[in-house]
Amino acid sequence: MRTLLVGALLLGAAGHGRAQGNLEIDTPAIAALRAAMQQRHQQIAAHYDAGAVGLTADGLVAIRDAGQVPLSQRGRLSALVAAENRDREALYREIARANGHPEWREQVQATFAQRWIDKARRGWWVQRPDKGWAQR
Amino acid sequence: MTPSVRTPSPAGVMTLLLGAMLVAVGCVTINIYFPAAAAEKAADRIIDGVWQLPNGQGGQAPADGDKQ
Repeated sequence: MRTLLVGALLLGAAGHGRAQGNLEIDTPAIAALRAAMQQRHQQIAAHYDAGAVGLTADGLVAIRDAGQVPLSQRGRLSALVAAENRDREALYREIARANGHPEWREQVQATFAQRWIDKARRGWWVQRPDKGWAQR
Repeated sequence: MTPSVRTPSPAGVMTLLLGAMLVAVGCVTINIYFPAAAAEKAADRIIDGVWQLPNGQGGQAPADGDKQ
């Protein structure tokens, strides 16, 4: 009886340890999203630099000043932003799912939102919690 | 010492049971609780890759960066 209980305690302690490790981000779905976003960044970075696109407070990107882009290229810009946001949404969802907790999606998104903004290059535009834009 | 030491007292068993239950409940709580630090680490790894930042770069990003 006592051995059983001690065993249960030890098992419990082992379970605790697992929760403090890393999040699983090495799934094929997540790898594909990371690769797509990395490739897209080469096109979108110039728009961050110009201020045409900014980083939103909720972990996505948005057109901040379309005037920075010639009229003829605005359709392309919108498509670029839409594609980036689709991948970002999918990324947050996939990370939550890969870790067995789909309900974590919003918290994953909030974590990314903060880190994208923290790591934004100087000169890029980021959204404040009140939705106003600020330049890094 | 009396031979009764061999069989744990009901109170002892209760304490152990209670402890085991507390640990079990604690585990469930912790596993459901969002691992914020791990999530931040994961976000950093992914963002560094997508933005091609040098590894382990913190908040201040490439200030006097190469591009511009």
